[in-house]
Amino acid sequence: MNIFQDANRKQIADRRRTDWLLHILFVVATSIGVIALCALIIDILIDGISRLQPDLFTNFPSRKADGSGMKSALVGTIYMLLIMAPVSFIFGVGAAIYLEEYAKKGRFTRLIQLNISTLAGVPSIVYGILGLALFVRLLALDRSLIAGALTMTLLVLPIIIVSAQEAIRAVPKSRRDASFALGATKWQTVSRSVMPSALPGVLTGVILAMSRAIGETAPLVMIGALTYVAFLPNGITDSFTVIPIQVYNWLSKPQLEFKELAASGIIVLLVLLLLMNFSAILLRNKYQKNV
Amino acid sequence: MEALIHIDKLNLYYGAFHALKNVTLTIPEKAITAFIGPSGCGKSTLLRTLNRMNDMIPGTRIEGGISIGGTEIYSNEVDVETLRKKVGMVFQQPNPFPKSIYDNVAYGPRLHGTTNKKELDEIVETSLKSAVLWEEVKDHLKRSAFGLSGGQQQRLCIARALAVNPNILLMDEATSALDPISTLKIEELAQELKDKYTIVMVTHNMHQAARVSNQTVFFLNGEVIEYSDTEKLFSNPTDQRTEDYISGRFG
Amino acid sequence: MPKQGALTARQAQTASKELYNFKNKRVSIMNKLMPVLLFLCASVSILTTLGIVITLISETFQFFQKIPILDFLFGTKWSPLIPPKSFGVLPLLSGTLMITFIACLVAIPIGLASAIYLSEYAPKQVRKVIKPILEVLAGVPTIVYGYFALSLITPLIQKMFDSAGIFNALSAGIVVGIMIIPMVCSLSEDAMSAVPRSLRDGAYALGATRFEVALKIVVPAAFSGIVASAVLAFSRAIGETMIVTVAAGSTPNMTFNPLESIQTMTAYIVQVSLGDTPHGTVEYGSIFAVGMTLFVITFLLNILAQYIARKFREEY
Repeated sequence: MNIFQDANRKQIADRRRTDWLLHILFVVATSIGVIALCALIIDILIDGISRLQPDLFTNFPSRKADGSGMKSALVGTIYMLLIMAPVSFIFGVGAAIYLEEYAKKGRFTRLIQLNISTLAGVPSIVYGILGLALFVRLLALDRSLIAGALTMTLLVLPIIIVSAQEAIRAVPKSRRDASFALGATKWQTVSRSVMPSALPGVLTGVILAMSRAIGETAPLVMIGALTYVAFLPNGITDSFTVIPIQVYNWLSKPQLEFKELAASGIIVLLVLLLLMNFSAILLRNKYQKNV
Repeated sequence: MEALIHIDKLNLYYGAFHALKNVTLTIPEKAITAFIGPSGCGKSTLLRTLNRMNDMIPGTRIEGGISIGGTEIYSNEVDVETLRKKVGMVFQQPNPFPKSIYDNVAYGPRLHGTTNKKELDEIVETSLKSAVLWEEVKDHLKRSAFGLSGGQQQRLCIARALAVNPNILLMDEATSALDPISTLKIEELAQELKDKYTIVMVTHNMHQAARVSNQTVFFLNGEVIEYSDTEKLFSNPTDQRTEDYISGRFG
Repeated sequence: MPKQGALTARQAQTASKELYNFKNKRVSIMNKLMPVLLFLCASVSILTTLGIVITLISETFQFFQKIPILDFLFGTKWSPLIPPKSFGVLPLLSGTLMITFIACLVAIPIGLASAIYLSEYAPKQVRKVIKPILEVLAGVPTIVYGYFALSLITPLIQKMFDSAGIFNALSAGIVVGIMIIPMVCSLSEDAMSAVPRSLRDGAYALGATRFEVALKIVVPAAFSGIVASAVLAFSRAIGETMIVTVAAGSTPNMTFNPLESIQTMTAYIVQVSLGDTPHGTVEYGSIFAVGMTLFVITFLLNILAQYIARKFREEY
């Protein structure tokens, strides 16, 4: 007596075939993302690699594509990072510590939390509008490096706060108890026990937020980062440009040579992002070992 | 043995839950007092009132009083940090900081203002010696505390607690996460420490209480059922419920 | 009742008073000051929101003093720079929606299928490769996607459709879609991996095949999370700026032909800010009115997504 004898073999075969077909479909769908990324990278490398020469880093942009460089944009991006990183670190981590360690679980805290998650979904160009009205006009910072850096700080703050909160929440309660039991005050416990444990996770979040910021274009176009800057900013109130804006500028020119320059600018940008992400991954691995 | 801690008609509520009911108890100085009872009976809760660790749990309410050496510890004038410095605590799970062995022990003294390197070196050495860990770790104090075994970690936590020079040491089921050999070492250590410190331990293990403590307190449902010399409590309990518990009829 | 123990009398008074004096309250400045400072940090987020709302409302209000609100909301001609000037937002809105629909048509099926594959089919090693690739895809700056649209997708489209212009909605829409695939995928996958193992096991034990478990058990159980991810994708596409600025053109155009050049709300804001528009003019005010429209739409969509995710979350 075969226990399978009453099974409907045809129906089973059909279902197997459907399963197999859908499996193929899902694989194809998933590979579209992978293919798109490959196509993007290959396309950019083909177009841009020939322009990836010392000129690109040592020259200022010029009307002629040959010999045109992005020195001012590269320096502008680095300057912006140097202002943005400490400011957003202090405010973002401060807010995260407040929310995780100090805030009473009440209506107001929930409001702040909801507000942060909503801010994370606001289109970046809206931050540009805010920057234009607040920093450029109201505070009369004009189209300066500091106005740009502050606008981008507001943009990345929600990302930093959320990731720092996660890192702080991951610190076991027993470590806080150990500190309190030795007679530590709240702030001593936070600064000497909780934060050292959470720091790698916090830094990972900050680096990822920074890599988001240096790729952003729209808000900086709004606050008027110039597209043609043939000098280096001397102070935080000077005008400036950044890599993605330089790329946009080249991209909006009709000539093929400028398109190649745009591609080479993108290569520089992507390499910079890759380095930042790589350091974030290294930090994350170190962190996982420690917990 | 003189009484050091007086607990007077203590009631504790977590929100609506009445966790400790009218507890009156004295705890002798420079001796080991063990709290026993089935889980959820309030023994850990009472232990954590002695260094006010319960303060941090929202919704906790306390009535009645606890005095240590004549000072009412729930009075407004008391500085909780100073209290906790004098009343050290060791937890159920070894909980070293992700720092070096040295920095773990030095954490407490640094909190309270000791920065002198020589002084710290001295404190670390004496504390580790008191916790009988010095010989095992003296050559690699800079290594991470996470490299130690569970039993060593727990002794490190004891050393860390001793480093701030407490008078009382609370041990909250400090051996329940350890293997039998490590447990034995901690028990021997407790015996040594009681000459200098007042020790209060919570244990889920009656045999441990019988082995190491001088006085034993039996808890049930938030009430103290009976407390007396350990020997008397285990050989000749006055309350039927105590007898039922120690003879293994429940718990 | 507690029985009297061996130790009774209150002899503690003899214990050294000094040893047990806990009353020297220390004044710790940091302990008092830090919560205040940290609270100020946290309030920056509230101030940011207030700043956005106040800025948009006040400038938009001034704009509506010059241009009637109904003309703005229901006007079908957007011509802010060339006279006769006209400020009807519908062409920008239709351009934005066209891009958004194309993007969602690309991103939602592919993102969802990828999520099903990763959560139900993919072996561990494959996941280990695909997940970081999707993360990289999510981290590519939008200007790079703009380049991708202009240099690769647009020529492809032009080869397929003769009528397609250099700037067209289709190319930009497809690339915006590619950009949001990782978001749809990771949010949907999160929702699916929250479906408990036991539910799957129950179906497998009844003889279900993998696709039956995936489509009839897991997807329905994770449905609210999947819908929330789709709503967020929609909102993301509406707010996307650089891809459409670079690839979709700058001709406000009420059309349903995706091969034509159009202009989105975001691209218009960029266009005006690139020119040196003086403060106080109607053109300057118009970017705030358009920004307000954009903000309100994305804000409502984000709230909706959070509501769906929370309200219809299955309790296991």
